[in-house]
Amino acid sequence: MMNDFDVVVIGGGPAGMAAALAANEQGARTLIVERDVRLGGILNQCIHQGFGLHYFGTEMTGPEYAERFRKRVAQQNIEVMLESMVLALDEDKTVTLLSPQRGLMKIKAGAVVLAMGCRERTAGAIALAGTRPAGIYTAGMAQKICNIDGYLVGKEVVILGSGDIGLIMARRMTTEGAKVKLVLELMPYSSGLKRNIVQCLDDYDIPIMYSHTVTRVEGSPRLTGLYYAPVGKDRKPVLAEEKYIPCDTLLLSVGLIPENDLLSGMDIRMSPVTGGATVDQNRMTTVGGVFSCGNVLHVHDLVDNVSREAETAGKNAALWALGSHNEQPECVNVTASDGVRYALPQRISAKEGKIRLFFRVGNVYKNGRLSVVSGGKEIAFRNFRVLAPGEMGSIDVDAAAIEGDVNVRLQL
Amino acid sequence: MRYDCIIIGGGIIGTAVLDRLTAYRLNVLLLEAQDDVASFATRANSGIVHAGYDCEPGTLKAKYNVRGNSVLWKDAEELDVPNLKCGSLVVAREDGLKGLEELQRKGNISGVKTEILDAAATRRIEPNVASDIAYSLYAPSAGIVSPYQLAIGYADRAILNGGEVRLNSSVTAIEEIDNGYRVTAGGEMFEARAVVNCAGNNGAPVNDLVGAEHYDSVYRRGDYFVLDNTERKNVHTVIFPLPTAAGKGILVAPTADGNVIYGPTAVDTVNGDTASTADSLDALRQNVPLSFDKPAFNKCIRVYSGLRTLIGHDFVIGESKLCKNFFMAIGICSPGLTSAPAIADDLSQEIAKKLGAERKKDIVTVLPRRKTLERLLEDGKQLNELVKEDPAWGRIVCRCEKVTEAEIIAAIHSPLPATTVDAVKRRTRAGMGRCQGGFCGPRVMEIISRELGIPLEQVKKGLGAEIARYRVKEVE
Repeated sequence: MMNDFDVVVIGGGPAGMAAALAANEQGARTLIVERDVRLGGILNQCIHQGFGLHYFGTEMTGPEYAERFRKRVAQQNIEVMLESMVLALDEDKTVTLLSPQRGLMKIKAGAVVLAMGCRERTAGAIALAGTRPAGIYTAGMAQKICNIDGYLVGKEVVILGSGDIGLIMARRMTTEGAKVKLVLELMPYSSGLKRNIVQCLDDYDIPIMYSHTVTRVEGSPRLTGLYYAPVGKDRKPVLAEEKYIPCDTLLLSVGLIPENDLLSGMDIRMSPVTGGATVDQNRMTTVGGVFSCGNVLHVHDLVDNVSREAETAGKNAALWALGSHNEQPECVNVTASDGVRYALPQRISAKEGKIRLFFRVGNVYKNGRLSVVSGGKEIAFRNFRVLAPGEMGSIDVDAAAIEGDVNVRLQL
Repeated sequence: MRYDCIIIGGGIIGTAVLDRLTAYRLNVLLLEAQDDVASFATRANSGIVHAGYDCEPGTLKAKYNVRGNSVLWKDAEELDVPNLKCGSLVVAREDGLKGLEELQRKGNISGVKTEILDAAATRRIEPNVASDIAYSLYAPSAGIVSPYQLAIGYADRAILNGGEVRLNSSVTAIEEIDNGYRVTAGGEMFEARAVVNCAGNNGAPVNDLVGAEHYDSVYRRGDYFVLDNTERKNVHTVIFPLPTAAGKGILVAPTADGNVIYGPTAVDTVNGDTASTADSLDALRQNVPLSFDKPAFNKCIRVYSGLRTLIGHDFVIGESKLCKNFFMAIGICSPGLTSAPAIADDLSQEIAKKLGAERKKDIVTVLPRRKTLERLLEDGKQLNELVKEDPAWGRIVCRCEKVTEAEIIAAIHSPLPATTVDAVKRRTRAGMGRCQGGFCGPRVMEIISRELGIPLEQVKKGLGAEIARYRVKEVE
């Protein structure tokens, strides 16, 4: 059966657009399938500054960053299907989608790039005790209602979790006239970027309490307040020290989950740590010709890194689709240990060239050495002053130096 | 306004009674305090169609459970409500055989077919019972149903058959007048020859409003976990522990909508309390593994809690002895959902007889099978024809549960219109998936706002609560 497209990119956010552009540049007939009415994904609601410094060398808002890519996509011969939801993806790379313009259709692809992004953890997922009132939102939902629809969800706000969207929304709600009374973070450190703590909380005198969590919420039908408490070493709340704070809104910024539900029927090896697929340095999954990039692969801090990663995936998807002899290459495994939660890619097949390993640590570490070991030898290292879970790190290794499985670890 | 009969309360009992009464030549009005039916106990229970073996023989509970079990399946089919007769197991360890035999004995008296299974036979029905489970009592007639959709189905059919439902109409006064009652609700007055108290947790207070029998109620709260539909494959039947004085115990069950629930706890509390507690949720974490081998609390997508009222040890059903033509169906705790259709059959007959009403000749019995994307995907050709006629059929709003805009619009314009985000959720499942409306919530609000012609800030979550309270830059 002839392929309808060489490369089908699922998702038209920053990852999808960059992947499609890179695939197109290789001469692949490329399609982007996007479920929203416009390209851009979550960038469209991120109206704050902070995007593009690394990729474009200038700082801009999310919609501006998206617009630059939208323009590039429009200038190329890339087909875009909007309002199109992919319902199924088969191992033979047949994509089943539904759209109001086209109805139900199947598209055969030479290669597929997964670029579906992530979703937010909810109050339900953390089994938040208490009533179930209106007034509890994930930070991203409140952001959408604020920045796209033009409504503010409430006036007296508590935020649970210090993920970047939560921090951004603390500032956004404040500038819109709401009172952000408190940010609570279960862990002893923030899961967001340091710059967001400074620019979104400190600059607005919004207090953050580390090692604290919400114990229960009160009010029906609308939230009227909540109880919070410090947590012990086991992260369980110390109820004897429970305190009450009145509020009409609770925003949750308690984690992002790569949205890989589409892969449930496929034999793709997933990472229990990232929630995404495991990939080689080309961002190919364990199913040949299926690539993954952006937040559906692992949650990034910076869109600039998403764009770069997606270019790698898109380019290699095109090479796979246009190539005549495709096989899963032999790989060495990349593992993480001693304070490093994960390293990505999880496999390397390259024999030469520079490979950039991305990683996250599991705690705040100070003054140590990040070390990459292969075949009993250290093949790369970096001394660091601080590494924090909220900031993704990277280190380059020379593929030629790899002799057997690779391990990324900390030495303190 | 004058009616033949007013029903107070739009839970499963009130809607079932409305459904049955509209089969007679009667003007019937249902008054519901909230902005949708099924807003309290009916939306927050286990959704189990019980077999009836555990009820004390001779009680109303036993009678209506057993009869309700046979009627409910037919109702669910006629009303196109998700249901599955998946059977149930009461599981026990080595020392629990006597308890199972006692349940079986009660079941035999009430006419409920059960079977005691050994360890191997138990696992043929449910491979994932806990490893030390040695016996079980299997009841093939048990199963699951969507409780809120059943109530909505009853209300929809009743409206098509001439019944009337008034939402946002909390009853504040009931007085006896010549030949009937005057009911004040939502600031308006309604008169009727007969009144039926189906007020759920407010059953006893409503009795007090009119001076009917006074009852003391015990309010018992139960907390639940709802699991992602990925867990459905691990649960094949309803799994109960041996019952205790507090109730049927903490169960593991599939839901008719394709999820899994763990619960309920049983905590005595005050009326109106539906706040889950950390202690109670912890109790579930500890108890579920005692009967079930594959607990997956990390796949939780929601916790909820429901409140049920106990009046003595049995249901209170029938006409008040103090107030003529004032009927009651209160104290309806478990197995109230299963019993609802049988209770409604008896009550409606009694009321119709008292009011001298005959059955109507032509009534709607079968509601048209709802079009859902899930169903349409079985026949792609029909789906594509629909999309051509109306592109809303191709526009997926809720990505987790794959709900199209057309289904949401249909719910908003159904006989009992869905006017809130929660009401749309209960009818279509939009927002019930793993992202819990994080993506589709604002879209559903827009669709409600557009279809009903109301500003977005007036779109409610449910129970009257606003979601998007203020215009940006309008906050002082």
